[in-house]
Amino acid sequence: MCLGAPAKIESIEGEFAIADFDGIKRKISIQLVPDIKVNDYCLVHAGFAIEKITKEYANEIKGYLKEIFNEK
Amino acid sequence: MKNNVDKENIKKLFDLIYNEAKKLKNKINLMEVCGTHTMAISLYGIRAQLPPNINLISGPGCPVCVTPIQEIDKVIEISEKENVIITTFGDMMRVPGTFSSLEEKRAKGKDVRIVYSPMDALEIAKANPEKKVVFVGIGFETTAPAVAMALKTALKQKIQNFFILSFFKIIIPPMIALVNDKNLKLDGFICPGHVSAITGAKIYEPIAIKYKMACVVTGFEEADVLTGIYMLLRQIISRKPAVEIQYKRVVTYDGNKIAQKILKEVFKTKDSVWRGIGLIPESGLSLSKKYERFDAEKIFTVNTNYSKEPKGCKCGEVLKGAVKPFDCPLFKTKCTPENPVGACMVSSEGTCAAYYKYEVN
Ligand code: SF4
Repeated sequence: MCLGAPAKIESIEGEFAIADFDGIKRKISIQLVPDIKVNDYCLVHAGFAIEKITKEYANEIKGYLKEIFNEK
Repeated sequence: MKNNVDKENIKKLFDLIYNEAKKLKNKINLMEVCGTHTMAISLYGIRAQLPPNINLISGPGCPVCVTPIQEIDKVIEISEKENVIITTFGDMMRVPGTFSSLEEKRAKGKDVRIVYSPMDALEIAKANPEKKVVFVGIGFETTAPAVAMALKTALKQKIQNFFILSFFKIIIPPMIALVNDKNLKLDGFICPGHVSAITGAKIYEPIAIKYKMACVVTGFEEADVLTGIYMLLRQIISRKPAVEIQYKRVVTYDGNKIAQKILKEVFKTKDSVWRGIGLIPESGLSLSKKYERFDAEKIFTVNTNYSKEPKGCKCGEVLKGAVKPFDCPLFKTKCTPENPVGACMVSSEGTCAAYYKYEVN
């Protein structure tokens, strides 16, 4: 449950941002990482960005998330 | 999918671990605290591929699993009240209470809604001013700051019909309780990755220094976990327990200070009951004075004296690492992911669910 999903920040409006989760766009809060900018990558947990990450790492995570939780 | 370079690297890591493990005098016990680590370790088959003198034990890191049945029953009771909307993360829906689950209540017409974020629950409260909207607050330090921020917003916007059940737990007190458990004989911890993103790796210092446990904050890929295990081995063999971060791509020593600040403002620590482990002092979070009025337990009186763990379920023992799921007579017979008896089989990161999917006895 403590897992963070990687997302790319598309646009920012005040304390919120539109984040792209591999094609799915969602409104998230950026209150916990207020210095985040458009085009940055972050880990998102429970609708909140919790940490900035690099683009390379965001791509790595997508792989293991799929493996850990989707492989039947 | 792994390419050849990845496969080479994994092989190299196993070689390193095997070489290092030869230097061990006794068998060692390492605990992975986080449920996602349990899932990853089972998926990659790491447990079975390690040298026989390294034992990996799954710990109490699945929030749904460690929530005691009284608290599950409490949510179910509140869902029965008039004019209430229960909002929760999806993980809680199928967890069996003594007589029912939230999923069953929803099927019977109770207003139970799955939300992705506590902010969504707050929006539901705003859209339904005539209802009391209760958010089920389970999780560790990773999740609590999000709920704290939602409450801060609710206070600022003077929202009167939003409440939370604060079942949040913090990770260090049970780790210390398990270190002190003479039956377990732990040597080190694979420390959780995303809890540590919030708290920083510094929270493990007392465990390394006072309790002399090796601690490595580890990521979730196969290579991460193996590197973490190798780093733990080196600490144990050199008898220099310390806090190291393998997962530097996300975790720092100090963590997310903004999240730590909001946690302090909104919550205070309280004694809390962990399924299997029992009451651990100062291991849970309740609302601070300033936020007290959002406390659902102060609004609804419910009696859960009847609460009883499911008969025959060894979830509690599994959660403190005392037994493996294979040791439960109901495992794979009466208890399956489709028909779970205990919480450890329901949650996608529960130890029994991980073993059911991937491990062979
Ligand atoms: S297999 Fe089922 S009944 Fe047995 S301990 Fe796990 S959750 Fe409980």
